[in-house]
Amino acid sequence: MFEFLKNLDKRWIFLLMFLAVAIPVYVVGKTGKAFPEVPTMLSESTFQAVEELHEGDPVLLSFDFDPASEGELGPMATAFVKHCAEKKLKIFFMALWPVGPQMIDDVVRKVIDADFPHLVYGEDYVNLGYKPGYEGVIKVVITDLRELYTTDDKGTNIDEIPMMADIHSVQDFELVINVSAGYPGTKEWVLYAVTPFPDKVKLVAGCTGVQAPLLYPYIPEQLPGLLGAIKGAAEYEKLVIDKYGGEHPDPKYLEAKRRMGPQLVAHLLIILLIILANIIFVVEKRRERR
Amino acid sequence: MKRAVPLTITALGGFVLIVAYFIPAAQGWGEIAAIWFDILAAVAFVLGGGNLLKIHLKKVSDRKGGWGYSGITLAAFLITLVVGLAKVGVNPNPHFPEVALSGGYREIGSPFWWLYEYAFKPLTATMFAMLAFYIASAAFRAFRAKNVEAILLLGTAFIILLGRTFAGVYLTAWLPDSLSGLKIENLTIHIMSVLNTAGNRAIMIGIALGIASTSLRVLLGIDRSYLGTGKQ
Amino acid sequence: MDRRTLTWIIVGLMGGLFLVGRALLTDRGMGKVYVRAVEINSDDPDPDHRWTRHENALPRDYAAAVAANPEQTEYRFSLARTVGTWVAAFFTLFILSFLYKDNSLYKIAESVVVGVSAAYWMVVGFWTTIIPNLLGKLFPVWINSWAMPGLRADAEWVYIFPLILGVMLLMRLSPKGGWISRWPLAFIIGTTAGIRLIGYLHADFLSQIRNTIVTLWATDMAGSFQLWDSLKSLILVIGVLSALVYFFFSIEHKGIVGKTAKLGIWFLMVTFGAAFGYTVMGRIALLAIRLEFLLDDWLWLIDPALRRIGM
Repeated sequence: MFEFLKNLDKRWIFLLMFLAVAIPVYVVGKTGKAFPEVPTMLSESTFQAVEELHEGDPVLLSFDFDPASEGELGPMATAFVKHCAEKKLKIFFMALWPVGPQMIDDVVRKVIDADFPHLVYGEDYVNLGYKPGYEGVIKVVITDLRELYTTDDKGTNIDEIPMMADIHSVQDFELVINVSAGYPGTKEWVLYAVTPFPDKVKLVAGCTGVQAPLLYPYIPEQLPGLLGAIKGAAEYEKLVIDKYGGEHPDPKYLEAKRRMGPQLVAHLLIILLIILANIIFVVEKRRERR
Repeated sequence: MKRAVPLTITALGGFVLIVAYFIPAAQGWGEIAAIWFDILAAVAFVLGGGNLLKIHLKKVSDRKGGWGYSGITLAAFLITLVVGLAKVGVNPNPHFPEVALSGGYREIGSPFWWLYEYAFKPLTATMFAMLAFYIASAAFRAFRAKNVEAILLLGTAFIILLGRTFAGVYLTAWLPDSLSGLKIENLTIHIMSVLNTAGNRAIMIGIALGIASTSLRVLLGIDRSYLGTGKQ
Repeated sequence: MDRRTLTWIIVGLMGGLFLVGRALLTDRGMGKVYVRAVEINSDDPDPDHRWTRHENALPRDYAAAVAANPEQTEYRFSLARTVGTWVAAFFTLFILSFLYKDNSLYKIAESVVVGVSAAYWMVVGFWTTIIPNLLGKLFPVWINSWAMPGLRADAEWVYIFPLILGVMLLMRLSPKGGWISRWPLAFIIGTTAGIRLIGYLHADFLSQIRNTIVTLWATDMAGSFQLWDSLKSLILVIGVLSALVYFFFSIEHKGIVGKTAKLGIWFLMVTFGAAFGYTVMGRIALLAIRLEFLLDDWLWLIDPALRRIGM
């Protein structure tokens, strides 16, 4: 047994990981049950940043992610859009990642088309689309949005979009919401938008687990709200649904909360694997000493 | 000439952006430089595609080992490129029905959309999902509590892993309210907002100085490594 | 053919037969996609200016529409998107098969993703920037006539420079013109350095020092001392300073400097531990969504979002 564990074929670990995620996904999917969530301060302050805006305030949602990180960020994007739509804010979408517009399309279909069909494109929400250039894009739109975005994503002239009338640069938005999977993303928004214009630009973000620890030094001065990984998404979902979900919330708005099931089992597996590896390490050392 | 011109361009491009930061009147120049940069970033995508084409065409023509896979890559590349550039199956923009190519390049239902939805998306997403397996295997192989430093690392990781799920709440729910700061989910918050912030802030300050000095070396022409060896 | 290969072929065939049986022989089936027809410009007199767009529809909406009126034409089954879902499922399995061992199915999937993504970036760059921001600025009337009728602008000839730089950049592809591409490359390097130099100094150096200058004597609104908050601030300041001392390589890490550096390492270790924990968290969510796709969208074994309720 000891020898088997010591020379464990990594495929056994792969199999355990597969089961640790697949079984809870199945069970949660079948039963619809999920663990309760208690929102932390950071999720609360992110929620409040949107909550304190008024009807008609313009918000910029930059979706800087792709399908590879949709598992973590998709639920945040959904919850942000639902929250903004419930608050009757003017929603402006843009993307710094080439596949970002697809992420915008998905969320618009899932939230706006399905549950807010009265919102009019160009008056209540607009998709400005993607521009290549990484932080170079932020560097331009922070002072002049129209020089780069001459048309929206559909090719409509920017001057003919009613809700663009008062928007000349990113400084004209009441809030910037960034959903970020890496470079360029939240860090670049902090570097090139918030820091040079601290009184004009307010940013909250949802980001992947990999980025979250790296962004903490910006909190709260440069980044008042941050949702870290799937847990942040689940907490924010709860806040939005508690306030706007009604008695029987649509389960599509509780995706992150459900995903916390597989998350728990897999985290325990990782901990057990590390402990097991250390037991093997100690036993082996003792044997060597003998 | 081969070196002087690029060095001048580098310095000009960089200093225009720096000056624009401090002098509002020069902001327009900074924007122009940034927009040109954005355009070149788009051209870089074309360059990337061209490079891929070049490498895989050569592999196929040389009949190198695994050239069949290069053939698949080329086919996938060319099909996606043609349907995307020609907007195959895309309807015009409803406001401009007379202009055939005015529609969105990724219109739902078009072949380009199909390739994204059913090839690009599942493939890239699954490739990244594989990391879950590798991180489990790495956790089993790499982490040994050999000394204080390693114990600190592992202990923190355990608290975070437990504290960011319901397991943390469940394990320390018995603690009285006066000791709520010791509940795992609260420990997680303190670790992140104090210890992690301190560590990452120090790293950040170090990296910032590194980037600033590297950038300055490039702009002043001290670091010319990006110009290559000059043998070309 | 050895025994192992034979076993895998048999397992594969049985799995395949099960899937086909479930998809075709059961009432409910699996992996099917339905669409809803949306008429565009339906009141336009010119028939060439009217068309139908097909949006993805929930299976439950399709079932409800058919139950209400079996003759309806608004909702229908989509073969192309159903095939797509199956292709996506098999691609997912092909990639996962690498965990067992490297194989040709994985290599096929890998080759496809390389080709599709390179072309995808190219198409996106072309339609989002090269057309509107480069050619659209130089030749607005021409671009307006065939690609972007919404574009209204006067020609800005200054954009001839990025065009020239862009063409020079592409010379990298030619065997002999490599050196010409150094000019645009120099521009890219220079602007990147210019943007970053200030950006990092301001946000990651100065602002971080500023963020660390915090009061160590924290009080609440009423002015009474807050031990816990003060302690947190103190730990933060000590953490930043000691970790910075560790990064300071100009002095030998001996005596008090050595001890401070050691403390710095401890802070950094906690930081790395936190990073590891968060990374694990992220990776697992990425796997969860792929398995949800297989179990929900493809196999129809689970339905957490109630998309097929009533079917």
